[in-house]
Amino acid sequence: MDVINQLQRQFIDYSTSLHREGFVDDQFTQLQKLQDESSPDFVVEVASLFFEDCEKLINNMARALEQQQGVDFKQVDASVHQLKGSSSSIGAMRVKNVCIAFRSFCEAQNREGCSRCLQQVTHEYSLVKNKLQTLFRLEQQILAAGGSIPVVE
Amino acid sequence: MAVAGEVLPSGSQELHVLAVDDSHVDRKVIEKLLKISSCKVTAVESGTRALQFLGLDGGKGSLGFNSFKVNLIMTDYSMPGMTGYELLKKIKQSSAFREIPVVIMSSENVLTRIDRCLEEGAEEFLVKPVKLSDVKRLKDCIMRGEKEENGGRRVHKRKFEDDSHPPSSTPTSPSTPLASPSLTAAPFACDIATSELLSSPLHSSKRAKLRNSD
Repeated sequence: MDVINQLQRQFIDYSTSLHREGFVDDQFTQLQKLQDESSPDFVVEVASLFFEDCEKLINNMARALEQQQGVDFKQVDASVHQLKGSSSSIGAMRVKNVCIAFRSFCEAQNREGCSRCLQQVTHEYSLVKNKLQTLFRLEQQILAAGGSIPVVE
Repeated sequence: MAVAGEVLPSGSQELHVLAVDDSHVDRKVIEKLLKISSCKVTAVESGTRALQFLGLDGGKGSLGFNSFKVNLIMTDYSMPGMTGYELLKKIKQSSAFREIPVVIMSSENVLTRIDRCLEEGAEEFLVKPVKLSDVKRLKDCIMRGEKEENGGRRVHKRKFEDDSHPPSSTPTSPSTPLASPSLTAAPFACDIATSELLSSPLHSSKRAKLRNSD
């Protein structure tokens, strides 16, 4: 039981830090609450879709911003808009917040600003991906030890 | 509103919802929200696919049988190709499907957008991310709405969407008795009794589906 308690403690602490540091917001908690016996991997699955989205959209943005003959800011904005939507739906708050700033730069047709945001969003994506994967690993460890995953509000 | 039998599955209490969203993440989430709320879900990625499913594209569609009847359509607003607004219009123009309630979902709470959708006949405009409480409320409303109409009081939804009521300047604090504590409360067409007494808050609280996002 000690092992389980320890793992659960770790999970709670880690989860709390993710919220505190703004990596995830309440929407993530809402998704965790939706997970049940009929869909025990729901959150992991949504996260996978989100990561796929990030890769695809970040690539789109990078390509569009690379265009020497003139950047199609509408195209960049369209990708940022989609990424903002995805990140909002999974509760990846820091990614979402960069997207909000990113859209302003798109609107202003500011290439420099857009490039900076692209860097930032790429960075935030890799951070949150690592964090979530660590969280999911902790969950697996708890389950493997026979424990249940605590609900962290 | 058409006779309830056309809208609700006969003999079955399970609502069949057609969800339309180009985002894979959002489709997965809305599907889960609906399944948890005991709804049958068909999730498609575009307005075109939605029309195909309904059989509005000229083909026969998948609705050959009563059991596949769609009771509610929830569609994202911004989609490539056909927007949710265009899909809404097509559905409302169709004699076969115009009675199906259509809910628009959007990550952006633009007042003109909301108004346009409501004027075109959308039941509600939900700001994303959609919550479980939104889905539960929708479901309750549709089920209740059917009972109300059987009871005799039938009101066409469009009646509440005229412009005789000035837009609310503080859309974020609905105060109808039927408003739930959350800011995203909005009366549905089935809230007829109270909404007829408070026509202005009804109009404004449809707009009150605003949350300060960006």
